[in-house]
Amino acid sequence: MTAAAAALEVEGLCKSFRAVRALDQVALSLHYGRVTALLGDNGAGKSTLVKCISGVYAPDAGVVKVDGVVQAIASPETARSLGIETVHQTLAVIDPLDVVENLFLNREHTRGGRLGAWLGVLDKKRMRAESNEILGRLDIRIPSLRRQMSALSGGQRQAVAIGRAAAWGQQIVLLDEPAAALGVEQAGRVLELIRSLRGAGVAVLLITHNMDRVTEVCDRAVVLRQGRKTAEVNVGDVTKDDLVAYITGARTGDPDPEAERAGSDP
Amino acid sequence: MNEPAAAGRLLAATRQWLAQRRQDQGLRPYVVYAAALLILGLFAVILRDDGFLTASNLLNIGRQAAPIAVMAVGMTFALAAAEIDLSVGAVTALSSLVAAEAVGSYGFVAGAGAALAVGAGIGLVNGLIAVKVRIPSFLVTLGMLGIVSGIARNMNNLQSLPIRNDTFLAIFGAGSAGPISSLLIWTVVVGLIGHLVLHQLRWGRHVLSVGADRSAAAALGINTDRIRITALMTSAAAASFAGVLLAGRLAIGRHDLGENLLLTVIAAVVIGGTNLFGGRASVAGAVAGSVVMAMLNNGLILMGLRVADQLIARGVIIILAVALSMREQKET
Repeated sequence: MTAAAAALEVEGLCKSFRAVRALDQVALSLHYGRVTALLGDNGAGKSTLVKCISGVYAPDAGVVKVDGVVQAIASPETARSLGIETVHQTLAVIDPLDVVENLFLNREHTRGGRLGAWLGVLDKKRMRAESNEILGRLDIRIPSLRRQMSALSGGQRQAVAIGRAAAWGQQIVLLDEPAAALGVEQAGRVLELIRSLRGAGVAVLLITHNMDRVTEVCDRAVVLRQGRKTAEVNVGDVTKDDLVAYITGARTGDPDPEAERAGSDP
Repeated sequence: MNEPAAAGRLLAATRQWLAQRRQDQGLRPYVVYAAALLILGLFAVILRDDGFLTASNLLNIGRQAAPIAVMAVGMTFALAAAEIDLSVGAVTALSSLVAAEAVGSYGFVAGAGAALAVGAGIGLVNGLIAVKVRIPSFLVTLGMLGIVSGIARNMNNLQSLPIRNDTFLAIFGAGSAGPISSLLIWTVVVGLIGHLVLHQLRWGRHVLSVGADRSAAAALGINTDRIRITALMTSAAAASFAGVLLAGRLAIGRHDLGENLLLTVIAAVVIGGTNLFGGRASVAGAVAGSVVMAMLNNGLILMGLRVADQLIARGVIIILAVALSMREQKET
């Protein structure tokens, strides 16, 4: 790794749900213009980590730094105001709202001056125009911006969710399985989107189970296993089989092997 | 450019409009207007000798629909947020008493203002308990229904409180602008405001978002607690205003004014296309649904049904409406 400042640094992050340790002393750093894969089996703690960074969960312990500054991310709103956008597994799109409303949800433009802003009078024309611009820039094709999300296909819904994150995430974008349940062509378009985010200098974290995607688009890979980081590697240095071995626990990688807990395998 | 081609284009455009509506949001929002016309036509034929279609009876239906519609507009926001407000009938009754009391001492502005403040306050308590103590609003407002009914009964010992302020009565009930009753004007005003709030204001969109998917709304940084509380305040405040209108129309405040309107209001809102479990709402539909319910009430009475049978008929209609609404939800 070069000495470029980390966009996001996580140190000693812990999170428990009752007796279950979902995250145990996890460290992670994301860099501008890099894509980091977050790998691990189901229940390894990947989504929990994303939710701690994006303000959905409050971690029990640990530090999150954005641009080297310690931040208390108490809510999703705080995360968004720090330039951290997230595409959750569930997509977090609102079915009865249309495409424009989803892209601008909680980021609405208002009109009518100060009174309009206080009342929250929506500037629909401006938001529609900007939506066209955003989707055009990302090359996302939606049949009609006025269509409700519930009337869109799975791929289109995913595209809107990713488009929203890409549009607002000027610094950091967290993608939790963004191409799950997508067709081959649509999944390919998601990869293109990720590449264009990287090209724009955005720090990207990508959760996926698909090793092809990791080797195609990711620079670094971090592996979680039972809430602990068990490996962190340059994707160029390893094979897909190596990655799978890290995920299943057949092999452990780089960071501090002595911290490895004996007999932690199920 | 010849005429058949123009007519063909018009037909094609209409068909395209329908198809677009169907794709964008389905045709469900328009069902209520078809139902209103159907019932109007049905009663016009069945009750043609009983004076259903006379101007005075239609005006009567309008006046009966007014408090239902005002409550329904408020309830629309509670349901849109995936909450429900069962206290509205009781709040309406208490508000009529509060208005009567305050009008007598401080004038018509204070009368309406005090009633609205009481309603918003009750809604605030409902919302705070539902959100902070994490009790479903269904249960909170059921309890509040009892509390508020009790307070209303205690307030004037089950007696009517007469209102003698002519300004209040003219503005909020008995008066009219030309041939148009002030009640109808208020209905249109409240409906219009509600529609604009739901569609043109950020708050309206956030209410719908929270009702559709609370965790998604929270993940996008929307303050879901604040939205749920204010939605319940809106339903209670609207119920208060309905109490003001009832008091204005009857020139009294009484412990049971509008008390039995709860089910009628819920039916009106659901028939109008609002989902009982959040995420889909129509203010215009709620107003139309209120007219449907008022027509049904009026028609059932003109048909000579006894009160007991009216209750049964209304119950059946409510179950049918909700069943329709749920089937719709499963399909999408």
